[in-house]
Amino acid sequence: MVNLAHLIPVFPFAAFVVNILFGRRVKKFSAIVSISASTISLCLSIYTLVCFLKGQGSYTLFKWLIFGGTSLNIGVIVDPLTCMMLVVVTIIGTLIQIYSIGYMKDDARFSRFFAYMSLFMGSMLGLLLADNFVMLYIFWEGVGLCSYLLISFWFEKPSAARAGMKAFITTRIGDTGLLIGIFILIFSAHTVYFSELGNLNGASPLFTAAAILIFCGAVGKSAQFPLHVWLPDAMEGPTPVSALIHAATMVAAGVYLVARCFIFFSSHGQALICVAYVGGITAFFAATIATVNNDIKRVLAYSTISQLGFMMMGLGVGGYSAGTFHLMTHAFFKALLFLCAGSVIHSIHTQDIQKMGGVFRKMKITGLTFVIASLAISGIPPFAGFWSKDEILSEIMRNGHPFLFVLAAVTSLLTAFYMFRLIFLVLFGKSRSEIHPHESPKVMTVPLSILAVFAIFIGLVGSPFMNNAFQNFIYLGQTHESESLKPDYAVMGFSTLLAVLGIGIAYLLYILNKNILPQRVRQHFSPLYNLVYNKYYVDEIYDFLFIRPTMRLAKLAFKFDLGVIDGTVNGVAKLTVIFSKIAAWIDRYIVDGAVNMTAKIVGIFSLVLRRTQTGYIQTYLLIAFFGLVIIIFVKLIIGG
Amino acid sequence: MLFPILTCIVFLPLAGGLIILFTPKKNIGLIKTIATAVTAIDLILSIILLINFNYTGSSMQFEENLSWIPSVNIFYHLGIDGISIGLIFLTTLLSFLACVGSYSIGIRQKEYFFLYLLLATGMLGTFVALDLVLFYVFWEIVLVPMYFLIGIWGGPRKEYAAIKFFIYTLAGSIFMLLGILAFYFTSTPHTFSILELGKTTGALTMPIQILIFIAFYLGFAVKVPVFPFHTWLPDAHVEAPTPISVLLAGVLLKMGGYGFFRISFPLLKEAAHYFVLPFAILGMINIVYGAVVAMAQVDFKKMVAYSSVSHMGFVMLGLASMTTTGFNGALLQMFNHGIITGAMFFLVGVVYDRAHTRDLNKFGGLGVKMPVYAGMLTVFSLASLGLPGLSGFVSEFMSLLGSYAAFKIITIVSVLGIVITAGYFLYMLQRVLMGPLNEKLAGINDINKRELFTLIPLMAIAILIGVYPLAALKFQMAAIEQLIQKLGGMIF
Repeated sequence: MVNLAHLIPVFPFAAFVVNILFGRRVKKFSAIVSISASTISLCLSIYTLVCFLKGQGSYTLFKWLIFGGTSLNIGVIVDPLTCMMLVVVTIIGTLIQIYSIGYMKDDARFSRFFAYMSLFMGSMLGLLLADNFVMLYIFWEGVGLCSYLLISFWFEKPSAARAGMKAFITTRIGDTGLLIGIFILIFSAHTVYFSELGNLNGASPLFTAAAILIFCGAVGKSAQFPLHVWLPDAMEGPTPVSALIHAATMVAAGVYLVARCFIFFSSHGQALICVAYVGGITAFFAATIATVNNDIKRVLAYSTISQLGFMMMGLGVGGYSAGTFHLMTHAFFKALLFLCAGSVIHSIHTQDIQKMGGVFRKMKITGLTFVIASLAISGIPPFAGFWSKDEILSEIMRNGHPFLFVLAAVTSLLTAFYMFRLIFLVLFGKSRSEIHPHESPKVMTVPLSILAVFAIFIGLVGSPFMNNAFQNFIYLGQTHESESLKPDYAVMGFSTLLAVLGIGIAYLLYILNKNILPQRVRQHFSPLYNLVYNKYYVDEIYDFLFIRPTMRLAKLAFKFDLGVIDGTVNGVAKLTVIFSKIAAWIDRYIVDGAVNMTAKIVGIFSLVLRRTQTGYIQTYLLIAFFGLVIIIFVKLIIGG
Repeated sequence: MLFPILTCIVFLPLAGGLIILFTPKKNIGLIKTIATAVTAIDLILSIILLINFNYTGSSMQFEENLSWIPSVNIFYHLGIDGISIGLIFLTTLLSFLACVGSYSIGIRQKEYFFLYLLLATGMLGTFVALDLVLFYVFWEIVLVPMYFLIGIWGGPRKEYAAIKFFIYTLAGSIFMLLGILAFYFTSTPHTFSILELGKTTGALTMPIQILIFIAFYLGFAVKVPVFPFHTWLPDAHVEAPTPISVLLAGVLLKMGGYGFFRISFPLLKEAAHYFVLPFAILGMINIVYGAVVAMAQVDFKKMVAYSSVSHMGFVMLGLASMTTTGFNGALLQMFNHGIITGAMFFLVGVVYDRAHTRDLNKFGGLGVKMPVYAGMLTVFSLASLGLPGLSGFVSEFMSLLGSYAAFKIITIVSVLGIVITAGYFLYMLQRVLMGPLNEKLAGINDINKRELFTLIPLMAIAILIGVYPLAALKFQMAAIEQLIQKLGGMIF
């Protein structure tokens, strides 16, 4: 079969070009352009998967850059991880774009939206296909750009403009780490290709540093602590964007990167442990914030951060298939959650869950799919999240990380709690303000229903019912010694219990007690509540530690530039002018003065001597005679 | 080479300028047509050069060598290689586009276009001269028209800026003249030929090399500009009319960098090795300091001017690396900076012509009223902050990669500088394009066709090099490799 994988990103890029150039002319048609491109990519992705199963693999395209003796070729990587990601991204991307037709219907920049969505799809698919770090970095920044453009899509809102900037700059801080990591690999290991990472197993601290630096890039992109601050703000973007970019695909790119370099990480154990702990801390930390936030999208954003932390934790303890499995299932149910939230927002025009309630009665499809997705993320069997989350928990357990296990268990409990807090506050009970919910149009509910089917069943591909098909497919080979595929019933029972417990607490607090108890709890723990409610003041700390000092430094540097450096230049100029004025004075009064003085002295003498020049011969003779007399007289005296 | 194509390229603008002198002052249309035609033909000639250029060879091509002042061995010697060809193309392209951009000049058009074309001749001559005296002559020719172009057609503080530019650059080039004379008297037989001097440098003792290196450094560093000789730049830019700013950033700064490539490094290689660490440190300072100061600007044009200081730091850093990758990056960075920052100055001009202010706090929400302009400004800002897929990334990446091979810590600090760069460019975009529309600017028009015409070729090049860097690199790689071999640097 012919290799067509490299064409997968081409169609969305073409759709971007068409929509950005002719978007204003084709208007609504631009959605068709983008969705067709994405559908073609989906077909090609499936085709690539089939090719791969028949034994075709990665291939090289052309020479792109030359540094020194080595040349960098552009190639396409086709392996289980990429195939899986391609199919997931194109399925979700296509569905979300269809949903967007309804969600963005009345937006003035409708075609611009689809242009950016296509640009994102192209970059994301390029990122997945890149077979070397440089190409990955290029598309990595590309998806970051799309994220920036789409977060600040409604740029008239200052908060949206700021959020876009924050996202770009925060992730770029991580990216500089990635870039330096790439430099180390190029310089010390002479490679940029993922396929050669397996050879770098020498225990060099430099390589450990490179792995940690590469992880920095993943921390930025996947919004892990301490670079998580941009993701909640990114919710300023349109909801389909949040679903596609900030839940299902782009933010997972960090996890993808760690998975892509898994061999490299696992041969440098400290780096891998670093991944596990950053993931674990993030998972717990973000989950606590999600329990108190009142913005429907921000709750989901913190949930995303937490789940990404979960994936990192899974990879970090050595669970390659566990981490990637959760990456896949999470993509479906989290996209679905955001689209449900979008459907609710589209209908009642508020994001504040305190103003919602009882939406279910009017929005049956949205409500039902919302509940399905929440069950999936909470880890209730047999929904998708159960299988993958269970896999991560048992990996942590089996590899002997008791602290991480506790973190993961508490996070699971919190996850079920905050998700059902959301469900109960939004969908059930009585509405707490004047809202008039109505079901969204078919173009939105059909994608919801399709994603709901995935959210229910996709987990089964990694379950014992299907002989762990997913794990066998994604299997890495030689380094993948530790993962057992035997179901661990104790962990399964425990995680199910945690999920049920979380849901139960939420039910107790928000349905049975109708807001009374939560307020009491709040008052009881008010310092803790305030700390969590204010997101541990991380934003404020960063503002104080980094942003303001940078701005102050900038102003100071500018003053230095004007005062000291330019001041020196102007000072030199001024000194020169003063010096030249002194020189001019000297020239006029001393040099020229001397000349004039000479002239004047001559003049004075001449005034006196002129008198002697009378013109009378007798006077001259008389003077000559007296002169002679004086000479003789003097001679006589001296001689005598 | 039978047809003296380099002479044509260099002196065609001057010939056009002389014709303009004989054109009636009132006939502005004709004056503009002559200037445009001349610069357009020049651009076409330089494209012919590109097509006929043999990029596998590393020796001089299209050489012309005539005796000029035989008694002191001065030759009219022109020629190009991989180092200069990109800059020739850049100069003719920007000269043509900025000429179209000069249509909005409202007063004394005849003098303006004459001086403009004289400037073009000076710039082009600098990049093709292979005799030090000839090089110096062209170098100084550039100063005079630039002085008048800023001083007459500039903004409110034009006299100050023009004099500052003139004296600063002249002060630098005096030292360069001393260096040239030192070369002449220390060489046997006495020669001003850059190629001859390149072959015989082993003869110079280290102290003399260092002295000559410093002398040339002062001349070139002012032009680049290298910290702390950069303060003429923001003033000159702010006061200069838009097309002149474009040439100032796009071409004049490159003359300094080109000097390092053509004279300082190949002719004084031991001294060059001696000075790599200061070069790297200065490069780092330029990158970080330029970015930090740019962050503090409220004047749009000044911000772009300081961003130039920052971007030219990559040239210094790449040079300091003494590696092929670093040198390739540095040379490409000069070309890319010319394209991108040239476009940025055009874009500043567009909004200044309409809003009559450059105060970044007085815009806001222009994205709604000027969608095409917004798109352009976004693309070039992204190119400037080094977004992959656009040309700036490739050259910054290569400069940094090369310098990483030689200076780890300095490179890491410089990489952090690109975060600040992202910061101030996005902050600028936020203040100009985003947020609620400033009511005072409600009637503003989007970019017009003529302005778009000047920007589209630049954008096409920025994207082409970003997507397929070998398109540009192939011209320079052979020459750079030969230079590195001569310098005893690292093929990396």
